[in-house]
Amino acid sequence: MSALKIKKGSSSHSAYDLRSHFSDVIERHTLAVIVENEPGVLARVIGLFSGRGYNIESLTVAEIDHTGHRSRITVVTSGTPQVIVQIKAQLGRIIPVHEVHDLTVEGPSVERELALLKVRGKGDARVEALRLADIFRASVVDSTLESFVFEITGTPEKIDAFAELMRPLGLQEVARTGVAALARGGDSIV
Amino acid sequence: MTKTMTGAKIVVQALIDQGVEVVFGYPGGAVLPIYDEIFQQNKIQHVLVRHEQGAVHAAEGYARSTGKPGVALVTSGPGATNAVTGLTDALMDSIPIIVLTGQVPTFMIGSDAFQEADTVGITRPCTKHNWLVKETDKLAGTLHEAFHIATAGRPGPVLIDIPKDVQFATGQYTEKSKRTSHYNPQMKGDIDTITELARAMETAKRPVFYTGGGVINSGPAASQLLRELVEATGFPITSTLMGLGCYPASGDKWLGMLGMHGTYEANMTMHDCDLMINIGARFDDRITGRVDAFSPKSKKAHIDIDASSINKVIRVDMPILGDVAHVLEDLLKVWKANGRKTNTEGLAKWWKQIDEWRAIDCLGYEQTGTIIRPQHAISRLEALTKGYDRYITTEVGQHQMWAAQYMGFEDPNRWMTSGGLGTMGYGTPASIGVQMAHRDALVINVAGEASWLMNMQEMGTAMQYRLPVKQFILNNERLGMVRQWQELLHGERYSSSWSEALPDFVKLAEAFGAKGIKVDDAADLDDAIQEMIDYDGPVILDCLVEKHENCFPMIPSGKGHNEMLLRNAKTQGAITATGAVMV
Ligand SMILES: Cc1ncc(C[n+]2csc(CCOP(=O)(O)OP(=O)(O)O)c2C)c(N)n1
Ligand SMILES: [Mg+2]
Repeated sequence: MSALKIKKGSSSHSAYDLRSHFSDVIERHTLAVIVENEPGVLARVIGLFSGRGYNIESLTVAEIDHTGHRSRITVVTSGTPQVIVQIKAQLGRIIPVHEVHDLTVEGPSVERELALLKVRGKGDARVEALRLADIFRASVVDSTLESFVFEITGTPEKIDAFAELMRPLGLQEVARTGVAALARGGDSIV
Repeated sequence: MTKTMTGAKIVVQALIDQGVEVVFGYPGGAVLPIYDEIFQQNKIQHVLVRHEQGAVHAAEGYARSTGKPGVALVTSGPGATNAVTGLTDALMDSIPIIVLTGQVPTFMIGSDAFQEADTVGITRPCTKHNWLVKETDKLAGTLHEAFHIATAGRPGPVLIDIPKDVQFATGQYTEKSKRTSHYNPQMKGDIDTITELARAMETAKRPVFYTGGGVINSGPAASQLLRELVEATGFPITSTLMGLGCYPASGDKWLGMLGMHGTYEANMTMHDCDLMINIGARFDDRITGRVDAFSPKSKKAHIDIDASSINKVIRVDMPILGDVAHVLEDLLKVWKANGRKTNTEGLAKWWKQIDEWRAIDCLGYEQTGTIIRPQHAISRLEALTKGYDRYITTEVGQHQMWAAQYMGFEDPNRWMTSGGLGTMGYGTPASIGVQMAHRDALVINVAGEASWLMNMQEMGTAMQYRLPVKQFILNNERLGMVRQWQELLHGERYSSSWSEALPDFVKLAEAFGAKGIKVDDAADLDDAIQEMIDYDGPVILDCLVEKHENCFPMIPSGKGHNEMLLRNAKTQGAITATGAVMV
């Protein structure tokens, strides 16, 4: 069965597969939503997820084109295939949404997240924390005699793993940015 | 070309340029500059309603009966919050309306100023889109865009919140020019899928057209094409509550409305069909009943302009995203070009089966004695008003379903009812909106006594603007639909479903300066209806009917289409525990 192409607005190639399969398997999808950077647009997107009971695992937003007033929202969500298709279609209905891309189905993509972790400790624990940070390519962005702030980038799973290792070594606080994602290869979606 | 003028004038100028003739509204501090501009012109008529909810429903009635967008104007704070029900109603039923709200001046926003409310925040989930305009220069462009958004694609309500200082300040007026909007929904459907559907129509043994409000929203051409398609193929056709009139009720392919209170033949046809062609309907839960028992043997096509409606509830095999008229035109072309084939043998059998279902006469009733049966009252209303240039609005409840069952609609835009939201209090203001657009037509609100009381203040509006709207109240002294559910699934414990301490509707009519008529004997019914029709002004007809009548057929919640309750059904225990949690 062929996929039905839906063109939203004058922009190109947002394609949703309307001939979706109904199954109970919960899938995790990363969506890139290109929006008009106008007041309230984030509230519209978040309100859609809360109002219709969809999951948000991660959400990041920032303006990516100052002259064109475009922002890019990266949402990581989960649901059955039917729900994922619904989410995309519902996002597409929001007027200031220009494009919705499902990076999970449109081809391989890279996902990265940045995190800051504050670890407090002395003696061996402190040395061990530094050693592990080195293995994870985390860098020290602040230090005192009994604390470090590490900066780490990577997949959410890598950050989870690093945080887990830091926990017994005196992990105090974590700040994460949420996922940013781009499709691999030379083609761009905006 | 640009001109400089005040924000308030820009608002009025934009409305004029958009062809607006009527605005339904209610003034207050935050919209006084706009009211001042309205006062100083005579292109737009302002209708002063009696409650802002009434303004929005009136705008809906205007829109639904004309195909043009309706406009309402209300003040900040309470004016805006009173508009919320109407906005939600319009969103659920895809009615294009533009609501303008006043707002406290920009420099006071966020200070909990007098009559400040976060209007765009409150109305974000109940509008198709909304704007807070903080610069006078952006006002004209936003207004023009608002009309485009409200009417393009799947129509819906939009709201523009305008702070008072923006109304006073001067800015550039830009004309309604070639739009630069990026919102241009796809109108043409995918031709491959349309071809696939045309092929399926050639071989189907048990096809059915399942149509909805989308046909009406698509415009008169869509209804015309649908009629052509039905006549050419000979397929049976049913419609949702919102779609009544898209195909004439007098047509011999017409099965009546489907769904929870739909006809036996329509629901059985849906259940047993092998090809379901959904045109502009959305598989609402009032239609499907139990989803996993919904039309189990059919291949399903779905034509809809809104991608999110497709596969939301029911999985379909042939999704066609596009405007109904555009898609039907292509579908007819392809099907004709392929030789106008249908499975005549299969169809003949199918119609034989359908005729057997029809013979059940699911809407039959007996009118004996003096007590008026509500079904009889509606049937007589139908018979006596049929010949008129007639528009019907309704409230919500049993009377609404009886109106849908016992009245016949020959054309689109003649039937205004609150479907998706089920808003009691819709009908009276809607009738006013309709009558404003069709001054010489016979406009009747088929009401229940309880619903009618919810926006009865609008009788004042009808009087002021000499709108001869007829309020036909089926008075069962009950919240009838609630009572019916309590009978069916709450052990006949009629908790708060009486209409006690009802007003004397005749005196009430007279208090407004309207005509009041009361009828409680079946023998007098026709005369009373005729008197209502003939009176040149607003009328309240208080029609006392049987108090304990149930509305049948009924698909109890949680059941499938083939498990309908018919009249004389044993109603106790008809709804199972799983069904009872559903609404
Ligand atoms: C604003 C609102 N409140 C409550 C309801 C729930 N409700 C649905 S029908 C109904 C009873 C309506 O009574 P009436 O208008 O007399 O109509 P009847 O069913 O008796 O014909 C109620 C309370 C509703 N639909 N809308
Ligand atoms: Mg009643």
